[in-house]
Amino acid sequence: MTTGLWELLFKGLWVTVQLTVFSAALAGVIAFAAGLARLSRFWIVRFVAGAYVEFFRGTSALVLMFWLFFALPLLGWQLAALWAGTLALGLSYGAYGSEVVRGAIRAVPVAQREAAIALSFTPWQRMRLVILPQAVPEMVPPFCNLLIELLKGTALASILGIGELAFGAQLVRLATGQSAEVYGIILAMYFVVAFVITRGMRLLERRAKASVGRVPRPDLTSAKRVPPGAVDTGVGTVGGGSR
Amino acid sequence: MATEIPHQTTSDAELVRFEQVTKRFGDTTVLDRLDFSVEQGKHVTLIGPSGSGKTTILRLLMTLLTPDEGRILVGGRPLDKEVRKGIGMVFQQFNLFPNMRVLRNVTEAPVHVLGLSKDEAVERAKGLLEMVGLGDKLDAYPTQLSGGQQQRVAIARALAMRPRVLLLDEVTSALDPELVAGVLDVLRDIARSTDITMLCVTHEMNFARDISDRVLMFDAGRVIESGPPERIFGAPEHERTREFLSAVR
Amino acid sequence: MRTWDWSYTGHVLPDLLRGLLVTLEATALGSVLAFALGLVWALAFRAPTRWVRWPVGAVVEFVRNTPLLVQLFFLFYVLPTTGLTFSPLTTGVIGLGLHYSTYTAEVYRAGIDGVPPGQWEAATALSLPRRRTWTAVILPQAIRRVVPALGNYVIAMFKDTPMLAAITVLDMLKQAEEAGAESFRYTEPITVVGLLFVLIAYPTSLLMRALERRLGN
Repeated sequence: MTTGLWELLFKGLWVTVQLTVFSAALAGVIAFAAGLARLSRFWIVRFVAGAYVEFFRGTSALVLMFWLFFALPLLGWQLAALWAGTLALGLSYGAYGSEVVRGAIRAVPVAQREAAIALSFTPWQRMRLVILPQAVPEMVPPFCNLLIELLKGTALASILGIGELAFGAQLVRLATGQSAEVYGIILAMYFVVAFVITRGMRLLERRAKASVGRVPRPDLTSAKRVPPGAVDTGVGTVGGGSR
Repeated sequence: MATEIPHQTTSDAELVRFEQVTKRFGDTTVLDRLDFSVEQGKHVTLIGPSGSGKTTILRLLMTLLTPDEGRILVGGRPLDKEVRKGIGMVFQQFNLFPNMRVLRNVTEAPVHVLGLSKDEAVERAKGLLEMVGLGDKLDAYPTQLSGGQQQRVAIARALAMRPRVLLLDEVTSALDPELVAGVLDVLRDIARSTDITMLCVTHEMNFARDISDRVLMFDAGRVIESGPPERIFGAPEHERTREFLSAVR
Repeated sequence: MRTWDWSYTGHVLPDLLRGLLVTLEATALGSVLAFALGLVWALAFRAPTRWVRWPVGAVVEFVRNTPLLVQLFFLFYVLPTTGLTFSPLTTGVIGLGLHYSTYTAEVYRAGIDGVPPGQWEAATALSLPRRRTWTAVILPQAIRRVVPALGNYVIAMFKDTPMLAAITVLDMLKQAEEAGAESFRYTEPITVVGLLFVLIAYPTSLLMRALERRLGN
């Protein structure tokens, strides 16, 4: 492979990273908004949030991406491929993430809420000062898993012609015909990014736990992975297995 | 029932022998150069405060643990998989297989370890379940039984292997008080009517007095006193034994 | 803005449903492969020698942390060069099964770890052979506990099958794409495909949740 072709792959990697960051930011916002909405006092808010989550967890991220890219323009809006990709990934993973947020908040002991009420905090103060600081550290490991799933999901954007890593690989493959080398290399690149994410999140978890005076789990890598498709994205469970 | 389990000639030959056995967990020495032996057909009860190493002895015999030093002989042979087939164990938590019905819990090992035919194993199992008073529960799943019933199935399961040695590990500790008597009655029956060598860890002192030929008092990984139950319970020599007995009564 | 064309929808529906059959076929075969391979990995994780544990662990970790789509491309373009020629669907099923086996392996592992130590001890006390202990005592209990979790992965895999369109499998998405390319109307076929996914995945996931609750007791 020539340097030019390597350059193509690294450009693709850069787009992949951008796509991951943008979609993750969007997904994060949606996850907190929808997760909190599902715990709302008003049934209509809970219902709307629940419908959103169930719908986007039910459909396929790739189909959603296609729909945003091909179908939406015909209904009147035109989205650039990159934004269609970001939006599709953000909406899908936001739905999965909201389950993490909801699960972690519900895992905070009821006594904590009661204590906050006893101190006459407003509901928003309760959430911000008491509940969230305890819930957020619990969210970090499942969020880490989701982030890696999201990274893997960015490869779907190549089908829309977005010039990310998998797309770059396709171009290089067409130029050289060395399928095994090209795809081997980019699989390794994805793996390295996933590894960096895992390390970074582990650091974050340690920080977050220290901030509430807890000892971090000795090994985050042994934390069970739950894929976005699996229903149970709650905190600390792996489906029905570990009870 | 006595015919169900082979009658071995009563002799004072040693069946189980611990020679200088040491077992440590990390920095804690649970058994400290332990020497003791059990004669063929005898019923020996191990008593002592928790953490004194009683259960460790049973687990060593069952090869669930291996000694750090010393050796264990059963029938003159060092403990191995073959020898272990002659040893049965009843656990505190029953440990029945929840995915199998009662009958299959009892036939599973005779068929797959001893190579009995299905029919032979079923016949043997039915006899034993009859003996423990559960002849009508053959098709139940363990979770459908009370703790006492489960423990009696576990006893039948152990006996179905026709063991020479039966290990009883606090078999009544996990039971509701009203269910204890039924299990102990079954064990008394077996102790009386068979020649199985029994090693028993228990906190039921009355039961220990009833069935034991010999009682060993453990403390800190060593046997500090041993003798017939009348003497240990009636006139203990050691201060620690007196303390222990007054605490459990 | 154009309006929804019902007659066109009716026209593409048969093709989409034919695609749905392919999608379901890929999911079913992929699941069988994922269940079987995952069990192999889970047992290999418990192998007595690290010369088995370590490489299997590394491969599983690698496959799980890299995109399925790229793995599909790899299989699609590289397998033929090694003399193995499969149909696109078979290649897709291998990819799906292999990828998801790295998840089911974790599920099995959790299930096996969840079997109480007393069960192993009882099997030892009865001198059950190792093989028999696994097949008659441990796995039946472990697998029962993880059925809902495995079911959830089937749903996840179902939602990932549209990726097979990228390696020319005529699944639902590919059918929708072709219909769209023919008529320049993508809205109807792709919307229908999206709805079909929700229509199948959502009730199935409700079923798994119910199953999970029942087995949890």
